[in-house]
Amino acid sequence: MTITTAGYSLLPVLPELMLAVGAMVLLMIGAFNGPKVTGLVTTLAVCLLVVVGAAEIMLPAGKHVTFGGSFIVDDYARFLKVLAIIASAVTLILSREFLADQSRRIFEYAILVLLSTLGMMVLISAGDLIMLYLGLELMSLALYVVAASNRDNAKSTEAGLKYFVLGALSSGMLLYGASMIYGFTGTVSFAGIAAEAKTGNIGLVFGLVFLLAGLCFKVSAVPFHMWTPDVYEGAPTPVTAFFASAPKVAALAVFTRVTLTAFPGIVVQWQQVVVFVSLASMVLGSFAAIGQTNIKRLMAYSSIGHMGFALVGLAAGTQEGAQGVLVYIAIYVAMTLGTFAIILTMKRNGQPVETIKDFAGLSRTNPIIAFFFAMFLFSLAGVPPLAGFFGKFYVFMAAIKSGLFVLAVVGVLASVVGAFYYLSIVKLMYFDEPVGKLDPMRVELRTVLAVAGLFNVLFFVYPAPLVSAAAFAAKSLF
Amino acid sequence: MILPALFFYLFASICVASAVMVIASRNPVHSVLFLILAFVNASGLFVLMGAEFLAMLLIVVYVGAVAVLFLFVIMMLDVDFTQLREGFIQYLPFGLVIGAIFLAELLLVAGGWVMNPNVTKSITAAIPTNVSNTEALGLVLYTKYIHYFQLAGMVLLVAMIGAIVLTLRHKVKVRRQDINVQNARNPELAMEVRKVATGQGLQDADAGSWVK
Repeated sequence: MTITTAGYSLLPVLPELMLAVGAMVLLMIGAFNGPKVTGLVTTLAVCLLVVVGAAEIMLPAGKHVTFGGSFIVDDYARFLKVLAIIASAVTLILSREFLADQSRRIFEYAILVLLSTLGMMVLISAGDLIMLYLGLELMSLALYVVAASNRDNAKSTEAGLKYFVLGALSSGMLLYGASMIYGFTGTVSFAGIAAEAKTGNIGLVFGLVFLLAGLCFKVSAVPFHMWTPDVYEGAPTPVTAFFASAPKVAALAVFTRVTLTAFPGIVVQWQQVVVFVSLASMVLGSFAAIGQTNIKRLMAYSSIGHMGFALVGLAAGTQEGAQGVLVYIAIYVAMTLGTFAIILTMKRNGQPVETIKDFAGLSRTNPIIAFFFAMFLFSLAGVPPLAGFFGKFYVFMAAIKSGLFVLAVVGVLASVVGAFYYLSIVKLMYFDEPVGKLDPMRVELRTVLAVAGLFNVLFFVYPAPLVSAAAFAAKSLF
Repeated sequence: MILPALFFYLFASICVASAVMVIASRNPVHSVLFLILAFVNASGLFVLMGAEFLAMLLIVVYVGAVAVLFLFVIMMLDVDFTQLREGFIQYLPFGLVIGAIFLAELLLVAGGWVMNPNVTKSITAAIPTNVSNTEALGLVLYTKYIHYFQLAGMVLLVAMIGAIVLTLRHKVKVRRQDINVQNARNPELAMEVRKVATGQGLQDADAGSWVK
C-alpha cells in the first residue's frame, strides 16, 4: 500500500492522519448535537486514541522518514508516542466525572486533548526545527485552553492566562534560538545541523541556549519552572493530571532528540546547560515542596524534581543515558497518573478536598487507597523495590559511567530530601487521627488506580519488557 | 543606479526615525501611528530588495491587523502614563549602571566574534528568476511544504475551538430576533378587530385579551 501526496509517502504519518481526521469528525458530532453528547464524544475519543496507538505499533518496523526528512518514525518515536497516547487516554478516562457536571459539559475538552496529543506526536517525530515549533504550538495552544476550561472559576482562568502568557514568552525564546541556529548552520533539519555544527561557534551556542530555554519551559525545569505550581493548582484536577503526564513525555522526547541528534558535535556545550538545569530542578523540587499544604502544588514541585532526575540521564549524553530517560519517563507517567487517580478520589460530601491534612488517617477509613497511595509515595521517593527506584537507578548509572559524579551525588541527596515530604504524607495517613470518610470511589478511577498501582508494586518482578523496549528505542537515536 | 540608493536611504532613515519616535513620543496613540509608519517604510525596503510578496504581507498583516489591534487595545485600556513614569529619576542611576554592564558585555562579545566564512554561502536559498515572488512561494507551499501548511491549519483550528470554548455562552434570558417568526406574522395573528360600543371605549375588564 503506497499513499503519497506531493511525492511524499503518507504511510509513516498514518496514525497522525487518523487522529486529525478522527478529532474533526468528533468535533462535528459535538457541534451538531450540543453538550448532551459530551460523554459519547469522550468515550469515542478514548477509542480513537486506542486505535491510533495500535496503528502506531503496527507500522512496519524500522526507521521511516517522510516529508523530506522533517518527519521521523523510528523505535524512539514509537515508544514515546505510545506512552503519550496512553497518558492522554487515561487522562480522558479520569476526566469523565469532571465533564459529567451539568455546568461543565464541554465536549470540546476531549477534542482539545486529542488535538494536543496530535501536537505531541508531531513533536516526538519532528525532524527539523519548523516541525518542532508547529508541533509544540499545536500541543501548547490546546493545553492553554483546557487549563482555563473551568471558566467560571477564577483560579482556573488565572491558570490558563498565566500559562498562556509565559508559554508565549517561551515560544518566543525558542523561535529566537531556532532562527540563530538556522542563521549559523544554514539549515533547519536536525541531520543538516548535526553536519554543520562541528565546532562551538559562539552564535550557534547562543541559539542553542535559547532553544534549550524554550524546551526547559515546556518540561518545567528550573529556572523556567515558575508557572508550574500556580497552573497545577488552578487548573481542574484531571487537567493537572494531563499536564503532569503526556506533555512532559513529548517535551522530554523532543529535548532528548534535539540535543542528541542535532548537536552531537558540540556535546560539551549543551551538557553544561543540561547539568545545571538538572541539578537546579532536583534541588528546588526537593526543598520547595517541603512547605506546601496543597497536594496539587506538592505534585507540581514533585514533577519539577522528577524532570531534573530524568535530565540526569540526558546529561550523560550516551545511549545508556537516553535509555535511562525513557525508562524514567515511562515509570513517572504511571506513578503520576496513579497518584492523580487518588487525588481525584479525595472528595467529602461531593466536594473535592485538596489539602494534605485531608489525607490524615486515610489508612483507617480507606485502607486500600491508603496502601496504594503509600506505595506511590515510596515509589516517587525512589525506595526499592518499587518502580520509581528503577527509574532513578538507570539514570544515575548512566551519569556515573559518563563521569558525572557530582551530578549523581547531588541527585541522590536531593532524592533523600524529597523522601522527607513524601514520607510525611505516609505518616499522616497511617498515624494521625482520621478526619472523616471519603465518598465512594468511581469505577473508572478504581480501574486506573489498580492498573497503575499494580504496575508500580510489581514492576521489579518482570522489568524486562519496558527496559528492553527503552534500550531499542534509545539505540535508534545513535 | 542612483534612484534605488536614494530610495533606500529615504526609507531606511524614516524607518529608523519613526522607530525612535515610537519610544520617544509621550502619547501612546502617536507611538502606534509611528509604528505603522515604520512598518510601511520597512515594506518599502522589502520592495527595493525584490521581495514584493513580503512587502505586501507586512502591510496587510502588520499594518492592517496587528497595528490596528494595538491601537484598539490602547484606546480601550485607560493606562495612566504619568503614574507609570513616577520615580524615573530615582531609578535612573541603577538603570544606567545595568545598561553600561550590558553594553560592555555586548562589546566584549562583538569584539571576539569571528564569522564562519561558509555561513554567508549557505544561508540564502537560490531565488527563482523566471517567476514572481508570490508564484515561487505558491509553488512550494502546497507541494514541498504541504505538511507545514496543514499543521499550521490545525493550529488555527485549535485557536478557533479555544476561542469558542472560552467565550461562547448560551444565555437563557437573552431575547433573540427570530426572523422566521417575524416573517410568519400576519394581520390575523397580530391584531384583533372589535366592535366597540359608542361612547364607552374599551373596558378594563378586557385588558387580558388586548395583549397577546
